Amino acid sequence: MEILVCVKRVPMVGGKIVVTADGQDVDTRMSGFTVSPHEECAVEEAVRLVERHGGNVTVLTLGPPAAADQLRDMLALGASRAVLLETDGREWGPIATADAIVAAARARAGQEGAARDPGCPYDLLLFGNEAADTGDYQVGVRVAHALGLPCVTGIKNLEVMVGSDGGPGNGGAAGASARARREYRGAEEIFDIPLPAVISVKEGINLPRYPSLPGRLRAKRAAIEQSAPQWHPEGLRKERLRVPPGETKRAEVLGTGTDAVPALVALLDELGVLS
Amino acid sequence: MTVLCLVELDGTAAADVSLRALTFARALVGGGAGRLAAVVFGPDESVPVAEVSAYGVADAYAVESPQLTGYAPEAWARALAGLADELSATAVVAAATDHGSEVMAHLGAITGLPVAANCASAATAGPGTFRLVRHRWAGSLLEDSVLEAPRALLTVAVDAVAPTASDAFVATSVHAWRSALGEADLRVVAVESAERSGGASLATARVVVGGGRGVGGPDGFVALEELAGLLGGVVGVSRVVTSEGWRPHKQQVGQTGTRISPELYLACGISGAIQHMAGCLSAKHIVAVNTDPDAPIISHADYAVIGDLKEVIPALVAAIRARDDS
Repeated sequence: MEILVCVKRVPMVGGKIVVTADGQDVDTRMSGFTVSPHEECAVEEAVRLVERHGGNVTVLTLGPPAAADQLRDMLALGASRAVLLETDGREWGPIATADAIVAAARARAGQEGAARDPGCPYDLLLFGNEAADTGDYQVGVRVAHALGLPCVTGIKNLEVMVGSDGGPGNGGAAGASARARREYRGAEEIFDIPLPAVISVKEGINLPRYPSLPGRLRAKRAAIEQSAPQWHPEGLRKERLRVPPGETKRAEVLGTGTDAVPALVALLDELGVLS
Repeated sequence: MTVLCLVELDGTAAADVSLRALTFARALVGGGAGRLAAVVFGPDESVPVAEVSAYGVADAYAVESPQLTGYAPEAWARALAGLADELSATAVVAAATDHGSEVMAHLGAITGLPVAANCASAATAGPGTFRLVRHRWAGSLLEDSVLEAPRALLTVAVDAVAPTASDAFVATSVHAWRSALGEADLRVVAVESAERSGGASLATARVVVGGGRGVGGPDGFVALEELAGLLGGVVGVSRVVTSEGWRPHKQQVGQTGTRISPELYLACGISGAIQHMAGCLSAKHIVAVNTDPDAPIISHADYAVIGDLKEVIPALVAAIRARDDS
């Protein structure tokens, strides 16, 4: 089966977020970048699916040239093809991002000729549920609507059922389906949907593997397909980022080591948590 | 103007997150000639009339369809789109829950309009213009933004707004709303499993004993479990603990895990990364046990014990047991 996983490069924020002087970005001079957590799990899930059913995992990101680092990290996990939709570093909104992903998917379908559905060259498109930084929760849903595909989000457990024609696999997705599960308000929701489909997943669906050394070497040498889609403005415009006020306090130190235990017991008693 | 707010149900009552969304939506309506409307998916009698009335809802719409056998995100969005058109709604608001966020994303895709997710506040600033404050990084960072759209589609960050009833009495009229749904709208329908997740829930626990990298490995959680048991609480963990496979992901507290709001959060060996703090800032009291007095958690906690949890926690367990025995 052919799987596309869309990932986002986000700052590794650690213990503190610092905003740049112009209020437009998170200051990343002292940190680095990583793949947004839900999306790393999406890549792991895709790799497990092709290990079981055959096929290929394409990983795609929209970001600056340096986002190639995150694509290589995902190639090292087992993705076989990488696509960079290159930007000049400015932030893209969810509508423009979805448009660029849809255009890339359609261009890929064009390359493959008439053998596959002309609208969608993938059996499955995986996203993270929401990006760690912007948390917009909508790129996958917008891509699904543009491609006319069913969509489920927030998935923590995914099974793919192979179609009666032997697909998914290289023969296409006809007859293939997915059973996707998530928890909502203490109950499990189960979705049965036909493929191709768009599914966004959450961390916890799996535990991503550590990349193997051969995987890392292969990723280092791999070619990354690039194109540069056109940015366009959206109705929602960021003016300024700021750290919420009054967040920093200083804890009252009850003591050091086991000497602090009597004070700690007294505090727990005062808080009413000792029976 | 009319603001339409999606109200989710928790049993027969309005979900707490939806009361927060209603509070947010009422502020957006403002004091003028505006109207707050609510929409509930279910039969007329499922509308929690007393609650939505207390929150200032003038009109409540019940969406019922024989085709809607369960939660169906696209169908819900299609119905919302039709109702918003009918009411000429200036804004559609939903709590940023998994359902609310998903339905609003579909509504954005159906209408081609932007969706502003995780709003903390919203105000009109002229026709078709809204000034917003949004949460980023699950509330660790704020974004001031401007939304220009013929209809504002907004989700409300769940812990950004306290639920506050309306000062003025408003009588709620309940209306049935029938939505014409196509086959494609019903491609995705949830079947709810009869299985409920058992045990004390991390999200609602009164006491959470947290463990991070400082616990050192899977075996270190025995003492934390024992302490949690003594305090009538549950164990929560940081992301590194689940990434290392020491504990299952369902115990993770944080941006990519569970958000907790206990009376006491006892954070042991947890440095206090942004990702983790986003999940526990609603805790009433945070007590940190950490060897490093300069760890970020110390600037988020109310109280701290500077020390090794491997010594402090067993000593605390012993002290509580001794106290219980006396």
